[in-house]
Amino acid sequence: MKIVVCVKQVLALGDEVEFTDDGRDVDPDFLELSLNEWDAHATEEALRIRERSADGAGGEVVVVTVGDESAADVLRRCLAMGADRAIRVEAGPGALADPITVARALAEPVRAEQPDLVLTGVQSSDSVQAATGTALAELLGLPRVAVVTRIDHTDGEPTAVVHRELEGGLVDVTEVDVPALLTVQTGINEPRYANLRAIKQAREKELAVVRPSPAGQPACSVRRMYAPPRGEGARMLDGEPAEIAARIAEIVKERLS
Amino acid sequence: MKGVLVVAEQLRGSVRDVTRELITAAAELGGPVTVAVLGADPAALRAGVDVAGVDEIVEVRTATAEFENDVYQRAVEALIAERDPAAVLLGFTVNGMGYGPAIAAKLGLGFASDVFGLAREGGDGDRIVCRRAMYGGKVHAEVELPAGRPALIMLRPTAWPAATGPGGAKVTQATVGEPGSSRARHREFAEAPASDIDITTAEFLLSIGRGVESKDDVPYFEALARKMSATLAGSRPLIDSGWLPSARQVGQSGKTVKPKVYLALGISGAVQHLAGMKSSDLIIAVNSDPEASIFGVAHYGAVADLFDVARELEKLF
Ligand SMILES: Cc1cc2nc3c(=O)[nH]c(=O)nc-3n(C[C@H](O)[C@H](O)[C@H](O)COP(=O)(O)OP(=O)(O)OC[C@H]3O[C@@H](n4cnc5c(N)ncnc54)[C@H](O)[C@@H]3O)c2cc1C
Repeated sequence: MKIVVCVKQVLALGDEVEFTDDGRDVDPDFLELSLNEWDAHATEEALRIRERSADGAGGEVVVVTVGDESAADVLRRCLAMGADRAIRVEAGPGALADPITVARALAEPVRAEQPDLVLTGVQSSDSVQAATGTALAELLGLPRVAVVTRIDHTDGEPTAVVHRELEGGLVDVTEVDVPALLTVQTGINEPRYANLRAIKQAREKELAVVRPSPAGQPACSVRRMYAPPRGEGARMLDGEPAEIAARIAEIVKERLS
Repeated sequence: MKGVLVVAEQLRGSVRDVTRELITAAAELGGPVTVAVLGADPAALRAGVDVAGVDEIVEVRTATAEFENDVYQRAVEALIAERDPAAVLLGFTVNGMGYGPAIAAKLGLGFASDVFGLAREGGDGDRIVCRRAMYGGKVHAEVELPAGRPALIMLRPTAWPAATGPGGAKVTQATVGEPGSSRARHREFAEAPASDIDITTAEFLLSIGRGVESKDDVPYFEALARKMSATLAGSRPLIDSGWLPSARQVGQSGKTVKPKVYLALGISGAVQHLAGMKSSDLIIAVNSDPEASIFGVAHYGAVADLFDVARELEKLF
């Protein structure tokens, strides 16, 4: 059983924001890097499926990302969690411009692995497009299900039964042909932490770097980034916690009286 | 001007609200508005989409009653080929996520999702500019979609008001392509487990988020809520971790609430959380991060440590 997991290094903004000179992105100095939350769940799920599968340790979990050298950190984290191998697709200019372009960069290396299952996160926390996985499935010609909170699959069976979580928490129990691509939702599992030994061992594991295929035409381009208008934003309550609490109590009591 | 194709979303025999929001957005964008309705008996859904702003309803009969992504993808691809719209609008919903990006990848369309603002530019209005958020909503972006090919755009639910008013659209029937087989098949729906907690009827919700860093602190907030005569609610991560039961989840995949007062402690204000609480009468947010998006919808906000504020609140009720 071979499972490929596509992961992303996400960028999170701290308490302050400044923009690049051309106004098209945030100044990288103001961003913190981490493994996308949804992808940690996808990696964990792949490891659990491998552990459950008939060939057990014989199965393989391969993690793939598109990014520059710094993105290797998220691959190392997945390797430390227990993934077997990693592939970094070198991000050429514009490679991360939009989710369709990212899916194109992922397609060749993922196809070459001939996986039984491909997992991605539902969305990335920094760009919230919820698109890369579904676009990738199309490029790979795979059946897919988006927003999955449970995967039941027995090795060698031609189908898997998955839970697709809809708005309001309603679950659509879906039968999907495998090989398939599933986009994984939080709540499906509790991702494991890697201990020090595992982190050390991860350094020994294979991390291949491959060139991307031509990116093709971008699906969109950012013209301008800006701080959101705070027109009717909140009235801020200042002061010590005691003063803030007193104001909150007053407002709440007045509203509910 | 080329037209706009809206794909209706339906579940268990009724058209979902997001569809009429898409119609409002389509009518604002300009050009003839066509709404595609897929279903085993699409005519039965007609009343849900025949509202002001719609020029044409295309009814597409499908073999299955409920959503399946292969079926929607095939039908929408056929309609795009036949009508060459400037834009195809889908909801940024779980269904939309299952097939929208696949169509964009296959046909090489312009694409953007979680969009909350739309405009047409250029001589013939062929270029579409979208507004969307980045980095946890702390930044907004104007995104240009390439002119000269259709754009597939997924719109944020509740960003536009639902279209109302009498319709009168022309109705046509379409059979699109071979029915073909569906590789991911709907089997059944499983309801969330029944619960005696109902956060949707509470007047006062005390809602906690991941700012509460430990499970051990949850009982403290249960007690605080009791003391304040509030009902405890929370963001998804607390339910995912099993710290709160799912009946207490506020947001897109939880409950939509509209209490008199919504007091949010340590919730960042992700779009899927806001979807469930932004129309509360009064929103008060406490967050240590001055840039947190929750302050964009709150009426009152405080940049403070939630535990410090909670310990003071405790004394006042
Ligand atoms: C399809 C889909 C459906 C979803 N449905 C839902 C849903 O129904 N409901 C939902 O909530 N989410 C939902 N989500 C998840 C959503 O995207 C966010 O991940 C989630 O809302 C984040 O929860 P949070 O704000 O508690 O956590 P975070 O985003 O981690 O925010 C924690 C906040 O706490 C603040 N904080 C930390 N420590 C302190 C302190 N000591 N004092 C004060 N503030 C502090 C931080 O500054 C931060 O703003 C969904 C996601 C997807 C993809």
